[in-house]
Amino acid sequence: MGQSHPFSKSATLRVEGLSLRRGQRQLAEGLSFVAPAGAFVELRGGNGAGKTTLLRTIAGFGRPAEGTIVYENLAEPALSIHYVGHLNALKGSETVAAHVGYWAGLFSSPADMVEVLGRVGLERQRDLPARVLSQGQARRLALSRLLLAPRPIWVLDEPSAGLDAQGRAMIAKLIEAHTNNNGIALAAVHEPLGPSPSITLTVGG
Amino acid sequence: MSAFAALFRRELSLMWASGGLMTPLGYFVGAATLTPLAMGPDRALLATAGPPLVWIAAALAVMATLERLFQADLEDGSLDQMMLSEAPLEALVLAKGAAFWCVVGAPLALAGAPVSIALQAPIDRIPLIVAALGVGAAAFIGVGLVGAAVTAGVRRGGVLIALIVLPFFAPPVIFGAAIASGEDVEAAFLILLGCALGATAIGPFAAAAALRLQAE
Repeated sequence: MGQSHPFSKSATLRVEGLSLRRGQRQLAEGLSFVAPAGAFVELRGGNGAGKTTLLRTIAGFGRPAEGTIVYENLAEPALSIHYVGHLNALKGSETVAAHVGYWAGLFSSPADMVEVLGRVGLERQRDLPARVLSQGQARRLALSRLLLAPRPIWVLDEPSAGLDAQGRAMIAKLIEAHTNNNGIALAAVHEPLGPSPSITLTVGG
Repeated sequence: MSAFAALFRRELSLMWASGGLMTPLGYFVGAATLTPLAMGPDRALLATAGPPLVWIAAALAVMATLERLFQADLEDGSLDQMMLSEAPLEALVLAKGAAFWCVVGAPLALAGAPVSIALQAPIDRIPLIVAALGVGAAAFIGVGLVGAAVTAGVRRGGVLIALIVLPFFAPPVIFGAAIASGEDVEAAFLILLGCALGATAIGPFAAAAALRLQAE
């Protein structure tokens, strides 16, 4: 399988006194949590509560208004994080196989493309352009990035959006395998994903 | 395959598949063909004023295609993934610029040959004009990367791009036009090379900084 080497046991994601702002609006204040290796953090909160902003800040795209994020025993965020957001990062004219090939290059991935597509259930769609994929299939393609390159932290923003029951079970399995491998997974969800979270965090009261 | 090569290859095939070549080329050839029609049949006038106009057409043709360069990546989330690559964003921006040069810059330079002939440039000066256009396109694209990155989050950012990049397009246009009309060719070519090197060296850094801000 793609990730035979477990990640470091001492890797820890530490968030201390985080305040988030989007434009002039204050979203969340005083967020703190510690996610040790193998933790699954579930983020909850209503629409517009700031879940996406929090996840993007942790992924290193933005700076927090206040507070700190410490990546203990981890490489810089750009090298240790996988981010699957609302947007699937697909190009309509490119085939499924071309996407995976491109990401493999982008993340210097050693993984086997056929195996990765098999694990997300897209082996029969490999030569289809992304524009003809259904919502759920596009989501599966985006999730295939998680398997391409082993990275210790997964930041997932409503990963099950658009997926059928089988797809949700697949995510649950992926997250379980990842945390068993000492990986850290953070997911913003509206409904439980399956694996029991080690930490549940509610954003924005 | 390195991230640079992966992005370069992808951009080439995406730009090629979307017909990215045809817009600037059509713009360039179209603008240049209209010139003799507007200036009238006076051969001597066309021979002195015509060749430099190739450069105006080239500058506008490059500018016309800049708007979507990073906007599409920002809108579909591809930019986030670029920022999580092991390669620095600056290198990936450079890869994108290089692909843009191959799909837009090089064909423009080649199309400069028939267009300059149509504008009464002397035949023995054509290779030089083509080479200068190729170098000048690199300068345009280096600057254009910054304009496209700064306006990536702006709807209808075309006007803003023009305001940002046009002042920086001036030096390559000035010296490129000098080459096209055969004045101080050697000195002008060296300065043009300097413009291109400067733009490709600084452009990716400025563009990457702008893109990081947009991603927040």
